[in-house]
Formats: sequence, structure tokens, C-alpha cells
Amino acid sequence: MKPRALAHTPYHPRWYRPRVSTYWWLHQWSYARFVLRELTSIFVAWFVLLTLFGLRALERGPAAYAAYLAWLRRPTVVAIDAISFLFVLFHAVTWFSLAPRAMVLRVGGKRVPEKVIAGAIYAVWVVISVVLGRFLLGG
Amino acid sequence: MSETIQLQIARYSPESDDEPRWQTFETPVRKEWTVLDALNYIKDRVDGSVTYRWSCRMGICGSCGMMVNGEPKLTCATFLGDYLPGPVRIAPLRYFPVVRDLVVEIGDFLEKLVAVKPWLVRKEEKAPDAGEYLQTPQQLDAYKQFSLCINCMLCYAACPVYGLEPGFIGPAALALAQRYNLDSRDQGAGERMDILSQAEGIWGCTFVGECTAACPKHVDPAGAIQQYKVAAVQDWFKTLLLPRGAR
Repeated sequence: MKPRALAHTPYHPRWYRPRVSTYWWLHQWSYARFVLRELTSIFVAWFVLLTLFGLRALERGPAAYAAYLAWLRRPTVVAIDAISFLFVLFHAVTWFSLAPRAMVLRVGGKRVPEKVIAGAIYAVWVVISVVLGRFLLGG
Repeated sequence: MSETIQLQIARYSPESDDEPRWQTFETPVRKEWTVLDALNYIKDRVDGSVTYRWSCRMGICGSCGMMVNGEPKLTCATFLGDYLPGPVRIAPLRYFPVVRDLVVEIGDFLEKLVAVKPWLVRKEEKAPDAGEYLQTPQQLDAYKQFSLCINCMLCYAACPVYGLEPGFIGPAALALAQRYNLDSRDQGAGERMDILSQAEGIWGCTFVGECTAACPKHVDPAGAIQQYKVAAVQDWFKTLLLPRGAR
């Protein structure tokens, strides 16, 4: 049963109840930024799909993988990738700036400042990127 | 008293209006005046029918929250001179039903506040002569920030989730629940979990973060809710992995 405390305020004929506009997120930049942040999930999913299709092509043999690579080189796919990259970057940066707010680390009884946690996350990001980059590009 | 500024005030009379209308007033601007001072000037000298809530005029009672130029503000802590040359639009707190002019109906918030049990819950009370419940400065530090909430509801007016899903418990009530959960003297976290772990509790929050930006007391409700989400997930894993005794 739904707790009584969570019931909506009862109807009252004389109160004015403004309706929230469908475009509420366009009225304020901070809201628009939030909606953009949520939309980045679509582009993250795009990269996940690309990876899965790549794995499937690998599994099917050299010909399939060559076709996959050729498909990746199409201008439309490259354009979508470029846009997706920007959104994924936005996703990562906003996520990294929000993560310290949810994490409370205490050292010697004092809370570690958010900037230190964010800096550590960025450092890990750079290290992983360098290692992956070397593996993929350096051979 | 040379400069003046235009105040556009949302007026709503439940007896005669279907929706609010804007009424413009001209008030003087003095260096030390807040928006609330200008409202008091209008009520005293121009139109006594302008209706709004206020009490302490020093940022602690939490009554005078209104939308000032579209942002939720404590009008007693918002200087009029910062809005020169004007005009300044003053509207009732967003997402709440309007009773009259700038007065909103807050019963919904008060019910949600009570629902999260914002008091110390003890399984067994110590006898009075057994002494106080002692707390170290570190234990105080764990929840102190969340205890600074003055229930002004600016965070509700900043939260689009509350606007779109009125059942959402909302930032202040969730932050206050977390304030008691983190208190070393409290034993009510389990009781609060029933309310907080609902879809309309912590999981309703999508981390827009505007509640924290609006909070005049730097309570950081958004942080409190995310921290509670982390704790809830840890609890869930514990119930999944550990035998009952070890939780």
C-alpha cells in the first residue's frame, strides 16, 4: 500500500496549479545541460553497438571484418562517430565532475576534497587511455 | 532615495482570478534593501493587499522563498540593488499550488518531511540518569552539513523532477533523512529505508543538481541523495552476499 505521506496534495478548487511546460528544459541552461547529459546515453550505446558488431565481424572471419572496416570508413558513419565522440566526452566530463559528490572519502577524519577525487579520476582516465593507446597504436 | 526600480509581482486572487497576472510597482532602491524590504515597502505604503510570507528577515526561518527573475531565492537574502536597472519579477515558488499572490501551499512538503522521520530514532532509549548520547567532532562532522536545512523549499522549486512527478519525496526531505541516517546516535536507517528506497524516494532523483545550486544554506541535497544511493546499493549487495548475522 502506498504510504499516505506520499499522496499528492488533495485537489482544492481555489488553488492555482501551474502546468509544467513540455519545454521546461529549454527555459534554463542548467536544465538543458542536464537533458543533454541524459541524451549522451544514446551515443554511449552507439559505441557499444559498434564494438559488438566489430566482435561479431571478427568472429565471422577476415572477409566479414574487412566489410565491417569498409563500413566504418563511410563518411556518414565517420560523421556519426565524430558527433558521438563529442557527446561521450561530455558524458565523461560531467560524470567525472558529479562522481565526487556521491563519494565521501575520509582520511584522518577529514573529508577528502571533491577536487582531489575528481583529479584522481582524471589521472586514472589518462593512464588507462595511454596504456590502451599504446596497445592499439604501438602494436 | 534617488534610484527606483520596477517590481513585477505575480498577483492571484482565488476569489476572482483564473490564473495569476502581473502587477507592476515602482519602489525606491536603497543600498541595504533586500527584495523582501521592497515587498514590505509596497505592502506598507502602496498596496496592502499584496500577500506573501516572511518572518525573520535574516535567512534562518525559511519563509520568504520566492522566484526572483525565475530563480528560487530567499527574498530576505537577495539584494534589490543587484537587479538594477530592473525590472524584477517576483513569482511564487515554482511547482507548488498557489494559494494567493506569492503564498504557496506547502502541505505536500510537510507530509513528506514527516514521512522520512527526521528525528533521532532509538530502538531503546537510555534512562535519563544514564547520561547523554556522546558524539565525537568527527561523528558530528558526518552529518552537520545536512543539518543546516531551514526547510525553505527553494530546492523543490529548483527540482524539475518534483515539478513533473509531484509524488517525488524531494531534495530537502531526502537530505534530512540522510542527516539522521548519518547521525551516530540514530538507529532508524532501516525504518527510513522503506520510504526512501521507493521509486519516489532516492531513485526518483536524476541528479539534475539544481537543488544544491539553489540551497541558501549549502546543504547539498543532491550530494546527500547520491551518497544515499551508494549506501543503498552497498546494503543490497550485503543482503545478497553475506549471511544474516554478518550484515
